[in-house]
Amino acid sequence: MPSKPYKHSAAWNVSWVFIFIAVGSLFVADIEISTFEPWGELSRFFLAIFSPDWTHYKDIGDAILQTLAFAILGVVFGCVVGFALALVFHWRLVRTICALVRAVHELFWALIFLQIFGLHPLTGLLAIGLPYAATFAKIYAEILEEGDKSALQAVDPKTSVISVFFYARLPDLWVHFKTYTLYRLECALRSSTVLGFVGLPTVGYLLSSAFLEGNYTEVWGLLLLFYLIIATIRYWLRPKLLPFYILVSPFIIANDSEISSENMVRFFTEDIIPTPIRNGEGLVELGQWFNELFLTQALPGIANTLILTQIALVITAILTLLFFPLISSHFFKQTGQTMGHTFLVIVRSTPEYILAYILLQLWGPSMLPAIIALAMHNGAIIGHLIGRYSNEITLRIDTVKGGNRYFYELLPRLYGQFLAFLFYRWEIILRESAILGILGIATLGFYIDSAIQDLRLDKAIILIVITALLNVVVDSISRRLRSRLRLKTAVECS
Amino acid sequence: MIFLKSENVSYQNIKTLHNIELTVKKGEKLALIGHSGSGKSTLLKLIYERYSDNTALVPQDYGLVNHLSVYHNVYMGQLNQNSTWYNIVNLVRPWQKPLERISIILSQLQLEDYLFRPVGQLSGGQKQRVAVARSLFQGGNLLLADEPVSSVDEKQSQVVLRQLCNHFSTVVLAMHDTQLALAFCDRIIGLEKGKIVLDQPSHKLASQDLLALYAE
Repeated sequence: MPSKPYKHSAAWNVSWVFIFIAVGSLFVADIEISTFEPWGELSRFFLAIFSPDWTHYKDIGDAILQTLAFAILGVVFGCVVGFALALVFHWRLVRTICALVRAVHELFWALIFLQIFGLHPLTGLLAIGLPYAATFAKIYAEILEEGDKSALQAVDPKTSVISVFFYARLPDLWVHFKTYTLYRLECALRSSTVLGFVGLPTVGYLLSSAFLEGNYTEVWGLLLLFYLIIATIRYWLRPKLLPFYILVSPFIIANDSEISSENMVRFFTEDIIPTPIRNGEGLVELGQWFNELFLTQALPGIANTLILTQIALVITAILTLLFFPLISSHFFKQTGQTMGHTFLVIVRSTPEYILAYILLQLWGPSMLPAIIALAMHNGAIIGHLIGRYSNEITLRIDTVKGGNRYFYELLPRLYGQFLAFLFYRWEIILRESAILGILGIATLGFYIDSAIQDLRLDKAIILIVITALLNVVVDSISRRLRSRLRLKTAVECS
Repeated sequence: MIFLKSENVSYQNIKTLHNIELTVKKGEKLALIGHSGSGKSTLLKLIYERYSDNTALVPQDYGLVNHLSVYHNVYMGQLNQNSTWYNIVNLVRPWQKPLERISIILSQLQLEDYLFRPVGQLSGGQKQRVAVARSLFQGGNLLLADEPVSSVDEKQSQVVLRQLCNHFSTVVLAMHDTQLALAFCDRIIGLEKGKIVLDQPSHKLASQDLLALYAE
């Protein structure tokens, strides 16, 4: 008989730690449904899918053009700046700045730029472009780092750096750059849509107003068009058409609002300066001011953000494990897989912010809508990746079926990859949890948004910095866990 | 037990088996020999497709799950004989009954020290013995094994083949070691380019007779 008892893997133990944290968080989280008739409203909402309304087609068309133009220009800005930064990404300062810029969600950037530029197009452009540039810098640098360098070593050392790059590196790496950039354009379409919720003239703006009026048929009209655009991306986004898109986009997003230099100066010299300093008070008052901000806003904000993140992370994990078989050849035949694909595409194309917004309107303000929205969106993304991964596994010819196949053949083989993707998205879920505060859940975004509403930009900026730091911390924990468990992720899951 | 009549198999429009005629009686121990690409694996696969009931397999690539322990990989031989719930609980906490049986099988193959070791941490030869242990745990009337001792040393090969031949009444082994084939099997089938070119009882053959099948 074996003397040693059976021991589970480190991945198993880590999973349970996360589950316990999530269950503990559930006890303190507010997850009640407070609306009078939540399910009736939900069914009314879903029934409206059968009668989508496009009567305001002029507004809708314009909003769609704006959404596309902001996304395209934001990505162009992001990939140009990001590429330049990727070349100097080995500088520590560049890496740190990029990590901080990335840690602030594009909606927060939009809130900041709205204060500086008002409704000028620069607001939307930079809100997407800046965090995207920081992300592009990181990923492009990884691509350059991991790419095949054999051609590079064969080149005569006297060759100019630029020729070397274009002859020995770019041709091999081009496809990686292209795939990732295209993937980010899809993300940018979501970002650009969501920016409408804070006032930019994109699809989100119409969505929120249609929702507030309870006009579900119009909401579906917009959502269906949005899915159509995402689903047909490879048909309309032709390399040949790209220069044309880039040329017309500035004219689409142009409006007659002007940048007030007065506003800009005031933003940097007055608005964001902590009140005690602005009033010429001493360090003691500054300490008190910060203390109060930290204890009454940052701390509860951080607690709620983490609670939401940890619950959403574990439910994302559960949904991923339920979703991936839908597109796996080990469980479904071709037609079944196609249906699974369609379902996952729809769920992951819906920005989590919009999903949370919809559920919040239907169920009232609590963490529940946010948890469901985050878990659905992220579960569909990771489920898609894991499902695709599972299709590369070949099973022996005498293999088992159903639950036995799932638990013995596939899950053990996929679990490492699954955890890797999950930890990779942990930081993204955190960033989104913070953002969903704008919808009224008391995460950091709630305090940031209220501070901006009250024109207390000094507080808002400090809270945004705290949010960014929290992100950096979680990101480094996630990275450490991944290397401890020897997990590797593919680049595309960001 | 096995009855194949004028069987042809094609893979991607290339014929891999030609006009195979093969009858195997219950209790026979067959060795398939021939160099790689001669159709041994394809023939084993064909037999499995026709006679999958109560048949245990040792595939060439072992078909093990690297992240599961040796115990669980061996246990997989009997997944179909228990309810899914029983199997799932067994993943979380091994059941005593299969644990005792599997421990015995593993000690017969000198793997008892690796019971709860993830298969991914084992050497090639150890993995191969785990695949053999799985087939022993599965049991049945017929064993189909594709090069079951290709990665283990001489001495252990003897142990492994003895276990397999004792455990299963009817055995079909694809082998490249002709001496072992002659020692453990009572009938030798020679394959070349997808055709059966030799079918003789072992006692009528010497190792030299089989060398021709490996000549290029």
